[in-house]
Amino acid sequence: MDISWYLELSAVLFVIGVLGVLLRRNVIVILMSVEVMLNAVNLTLVSLSQSMGDPAGQVLVFFAMSVAAAEAAVGLAIVIALFRGKQTVDITQINLFKY
Amino acid sequence: MVAQYLFFLLAIVAVVAALGMLLSRNPVTSALWLILNLFCIAGLYLTLNAQFIAVIQVLVYAGAIMVLFLFVIMLLNLAALPALQMVDVKRGFAFILAMGVLAELAYIVARAVDALPAPVAVDAAVENGSAGTIAKVLFTQYAMPLELVGVLLLVATIGAVMFAKRRFA
Repeated sequence: MDISWYLELSAVLFVIGVLGVLLRRNVIVILMSVEVMLNAVNLTLVSLSQSMGDPAGQVLVFFAMSVAAAEAAVGLAIVIALFRGKQTVDITQINLFKY
Repeated sequence: MVAQYLFFLLAIVAVVAALGMLLSRNPVTSALWLILNLFCIAGLYLTLNAQFIAVIQVLVYAGAIMVLFLFVIMLLNLAALPALQMVDVKRGFAFILAMGVLAELAYIVARAVDALPAPVAVDAAVENGSAGTIAKVLFTQYAMPLELVGVLLLVATIGAVMFAKRRFA
């Protein structure tokens, strides 16, 4: 299987994640789109690592997954704190730093 | 030949699931589409002979992270946000911008793919993706980053608890 197919697929998944971040208003869906983008980059790293026979790329993916888990935990805690104050997860309503 | 069909099947399902996450109005439906997408990516790792990363993907992403997302969605008892009444200029601009990024990425891949070295043999790739090979590198060459990631996870746990206790204006 040619490696370029995997790279093109991860480009498409990354752009779907970018669209989710730019178009959606629900904070939780925006965080999920960020996860899609992280997964697209992980797919690129693993496919190149397997193609070149170098395990360092998969070690980097392992670390990226750990950081993504930490990011999800902190991000969702911020969402809970915002929801308790504002009673909404609509980012057009959350503008604490605007003024 | 089988791996080729498997790749296209998994790739199509992964893209459809990501689009389903993007387009569904209910956040619970979005999370379920995202779980399907993550499982498809785990299958793609298996077609690349990266067994260890495939298992970690199912355990960490489809297991831990998505349970956290679904738990928070159900904790907050969210309804779908009301639909926008009209298409505004900012959203159209964002769409054009994303398509520009896609074109750029596709162009870069098409240009760079000739410069890549020839792929290694299948049994070398199987050996490269096994847990033993990765553990050998992880616990010798990358032992220090591994310890730092442990500290990072501890800090993230404490930070998440502190944030969830705090009240914003």
